[in-house]
Amino acid sequence: MELRRAPRTVIDPKVRQVGFITPGATLPPARSHSVPTDACSTSPPALDVSLPGSSISPVMIPPPRHASADGLSSLARSAATAAAPVPVPVPASHLRRDTVQIPVGSYNPSETLLGSSPMMSPSSGLDAGSEFSNEVPTSTWLGRRGSGKFASSFPATSGEMMAMKTTGGGGGGSTPKSSLTTASVVKALPGVSEKDGGALIEMQNEGTSKPQKQKTSKAERRAIQEAQRAAKAAAKEAGGVKPSASSGGAVPALKQGKVAKPSSQRKDGPQVTAPVTSSEKKVVDRLPEKDRKKDVPHPRMQFDDKHRVEKAKRRAVVNQSEARSRVELFRHLPQYIRGTQLPDLESKFFQLDPIHPSVYKVGLQYLSGDISGGNARCIAMLLAFKEAIKDYSTPPEKALVRDLTAKIGSYVSFFIECRPLSISMGNAIKFLKSRIAKLPHTLSESEAKSSLQSDIDRFINEKIVIADKVIVRHAVTKIRDGDVLLTYGSSSVVEMIFLYALELGKHFRVVVVDSRPKLDGQALLCRLVAKGLNCTYTHINAISYIMHEVTRVFLGASSVLSNGTVYSRVGTACVAMAAHAFQVPVLVCCEAYKFHERVQLDSICSNELGDPDVISKVPGWKDLNHLDNWADNENLQLLNLTYDATPSDYVSMIITDYGMLPPTSVPVLVREYRREHLWI
Amino acid sequence: MPDVQALVNDFVLKLKRRKIEGSHASARHTAELLRSVISHQRMRQTNQAGALIDAVKAVGEQLIAANPVELAVGNIVRRVLHIIREEDLSSTATAIEGLGLSAGSDDDDEGQYEDRPALSAAALAAAARSTLRAPSLQTLLGDIPGSAVTPQPPSSWGDSEGKSKSADKNLRSRKLKHDVIEAINELIQDIDTCHEQVSEQAVEHIHQNEVILTLGRSRTVKEFLCAAKEKNRSFRVFVAEGAPRYQGHVLAKELVGKGIQTTVITDSAVFAMISRVNMVIVGAHAIMANGGVVAPVGINMVALAAQRHAVPFVVVAGSHKLCPLYPHNSEVLLNDLKSPSDLVDFGEFSDCMDFGSHGGSPLLHVVNPAFDYVPPKLVSLFITDTGGHNPSYMYRLIADYYSADDLVVKQRSTS
Repeated sequence: MELRRAPRTVIDPKVRQVGFITPGATLPPARSHSVPTDACSTSPPALDVSLPGSSISPVMIPPPRHASADGLSSLARSAATAAAPVPVPVPASHLRRDTVQIPVGSYNPSETLLGSSPMMSPSSGLDAGSEFSNEVPTSTWLGRRGSGKFASSFPATSGEMMAMKTTGGGGGGSTPKSSLTTASVVKALPGVSEKDGGALIEMQNEGTSKPQKQKTSKAERRAIQEAQRAAKAAAKEAGGVKPSASSGGAVPALKQGKVAKPSSQRKDGPQVTAPVTSSEKKVVDRLPEKDRKKDVPHPRMQFDDKHRVEKAKRRAVVNQSEARSRVELFRHLPQYIRGTQLPDLESKFFQLDPIHPSVYKVGLQYLSGDISGGNARCIAMLLAFKEAIKDYSTPPEKALVRDLTAKIGSYVSFFIECRPLSISMGNAIKFLKSRIAKLPHTLSESEAKSSLQSDIDRFINEKIVIADKVIVRHAVTKIRDGDVLLTYGSSSVVEMIFLYALELGKHFRVVVVDSRPKLDGQALLCRLVAKGLNCTYTHINAISYIMHEVTRVFLGASSVLSNGTVYSRVGTACVAMAAHAFQVPVLVCCEAYKFHERVQLDSICSNELGDPDVISKVPGWKDLNHLDNWADNENLQLLNLTYDATPSDYVSMIITDYGMLPPTSVPVLVREYRREHLWI
Repeated sequence: MPDVQALVNDFVLKLKRRKIEGSHASARHTAELLRSVISHQRMRQTNQAGALIDAVKAVGEQLIAANPVELAVGNIVRRVLHIIREEDLSSTATAIEGLGLSAGSDDDDEGQYEDRPALSAAALAAAARSTLRAPSLQTLLGDIPGSAVTPQPPSSWGDSEGKSKSADKNLRSRKLKHDVIEAINELIQDIDTCHEQVSEQAVEHIHQNEVILTLGRSRTVKEFLCAAKEKNRSFRVFVAEGAPRYQGHVLAKELVGKGIQTTVITDSAVFAMISRVNMVIVGAHAIMANGGVVAPVGINMVALAAQRHAVPFVVVAGSHKLCPLYPHNSEVLLNDLKSPSDLVDFGEFSDCMDFGSHGGSPLLHVVNPAFDYVPPKLVSLFITDTGGHNPSYMYRLIADYYSADDLVVKQRSTS
């Protein structure tokens, strides 16, 4: 893959990244370094969260659909950032309603001529290049090819290094490697000052250092990071002086605007430039091939296979009695009688010593439904694992790697018994297991444990917390004044988007659509109304009624599968379908760690069955008791599906932490992400 | 006729307060009310049909205004008007024949006139169809003889012999009222028995091991499914519960009582399940002239999902739900917003309401519409008591039941 990709970038310099690049959210880190420090100080607190590896995905298919969009948005971005540091109202965006394509951001007439020809010669289009290289770092492959050389050839402190790079970039690619970078990354606007090019190169070199850092232990990394930070500050000063000298007039203002714009999650991201040995590099290179077979998703447990179910039952900790009235169509999914598990599990508390109390607690919370929602469940699980690892001690005559993996495995099966894993949790577990498996044998137990704990923290921080922030920044550019935004159920990231847009002073209205039996839209509604948002609440049956007034649909997702199918709370497909029928764009917001390479066509082959009893009772409808004692009648079944699969053609856009993509680009992202995922 | 006016007012109030809901109930009540209006109508000797039409229109206008969304009321008013016109036409034809002014070509009409009380609903419709080939021309002709006859000497002079013109006329006047009331009785009977006629066709549409999805509860759908079950077809039904009224629970219980395999799903799971469904059968609130359907809320979602998976979308409805109007923006105009308390508990959101006090307009809106409009392109088939029809055919079917003159039930300012 490595070998395939690199030559292609040389041949075709117009390679573009997948998806839209938001104006606001894509501030190159290097750029903020190269501006004077006072500008930096205006940047929002989000900037100081470190985001080391979250942006490594060299997705490089040229999506022709968005060619103009990319150019325009980058243009709009420069225009917008030049205009003011205050949030700029976005007049329009190019979504499903493709009749007109209006550039995002306020249009600065003086710069319109820049947009006239988005595809220019590589040397002239540095601005957009820098923007993109930040967002979807093409630097990953560079990192492995180029940076290896860079790092080894410039083993000095990064301050020096960056200075060198800056000059190299400014010179228009005197270094062969950097010119290659520029050529491959750049795609857009002409007429940008040399200084931007410098920033670009500098930034990319930061990017190059990313992949190496996984190989270092935590302590090493920290030390290097400290040194780096100091060096960086120096470099910043240097970089800040340089552009102001080299470029004139509008450029500093433009920069300042950019910095002030809340963005750039990974400003002081991975600045680790540990020396990379070639052998380590090779390991990295080989991994994808080796893992290809391994990573084909295991066939899931089919619960109509009696033999295996019996086997699983014998091992089970949670007392699971099969529900009696089961829907024929869903024999392959587990359905247990609720209510008996929780007390049973509670009574077993003292007998279950192999299970760590924190894991136990989270399992109980899953079972009782206290924790729900993909992100919340995943975070809770990871924190429980962290606690468990903290208290873990390798038994004598056992290897930490093997024993800990087995332990985690037993915890996971405990969680599965409490509630089937979500796909996001599966990905997180895969990550943790791969981290355990790759622990260097030289580490002592305490070092290994602290390394794992910090890995978990990093995963939560990068893949969930910061990813959400990036998504919010992206998504908020799609909200215009006067919009009516519809959301379904309660998605944490969609809520963050609304609140952030409100913070930016956008004027919009929210329609919360809800459905039985969870009715978690009501909680969302409460929170939004409390913040002063103008809300409309309705149930899913009225979706055709309410869709007339809606201009955007924002949906959360439990997972995005690699055929573009959005696997999400049941009802999402209905909402997306109605929006599609009424030509309203559907924007699905999903963190990239929830992507999965599985494919699914319907909602039946894989799903989760909820408690059927909640269907028979409707809160607030006391006289609605027709379905009491439903289980006594063999002709009557209640079906409480938890998820459904939204076909990809209902989805206009998927907003991830890697940018905004069409659903067709999901498999690309999944493939690239998986590779990166193994490095972390 | 003060008692009639009291009845009308009572019914209007009930409609306004939504005490009477559902097209069957309101159709039946309307027909009964109009029957008593007609029976209490004092017959003048001149232009009786016109007088009856005016009286019915006056009442009908009030009823329709009371709840414009309850389209069945308007349908029945128009049906009654149509009946009056038809009866008047046929009696005029016989009168003309009796006067010797008509040629033998009216044999046809005479036969109708005599047979009518015994006719079944289908035959009535067929008869109406034959007389209505050119509705506007017919009604035109129907009006002219009526007014042409009026200048003739009134029958109250009391000629002793029944063979005389005036006696014939007197007989006719009573006959007209009587016939109209007879026809209305048939209409009421029709409304009550339309389920049977619809469900007779069930076996033609439901095969063994069929999987059927429906949403909410409709009596017609229930009868339809039960009729198929009685013919020993075994099939499976998915019932979406139909928020916010959750009538699907009731339907599920009824179906299970008949021994039908029933699975209750939430409304949100409709899209997930529709890929395994062979046919969608739903009831309707009203069928518009363009073949569109006004149906309980949520049906449009089901129709869209069915279209996506190429599942036949079948609407079963009695003929009293056929509405001669063409919808415009019917999602909004032909809709009813219900109480928010169906959706949210006021207690939970009362603290949120406080936030709404600033700026005049409240922050929280709760939308609870009662109906959905399903455009004709999403409907595969209508099954009414006269058989199965395409959406594109509905306008013609509707023309059989209504006169073009009555589409606007408003009293002319002159009368």
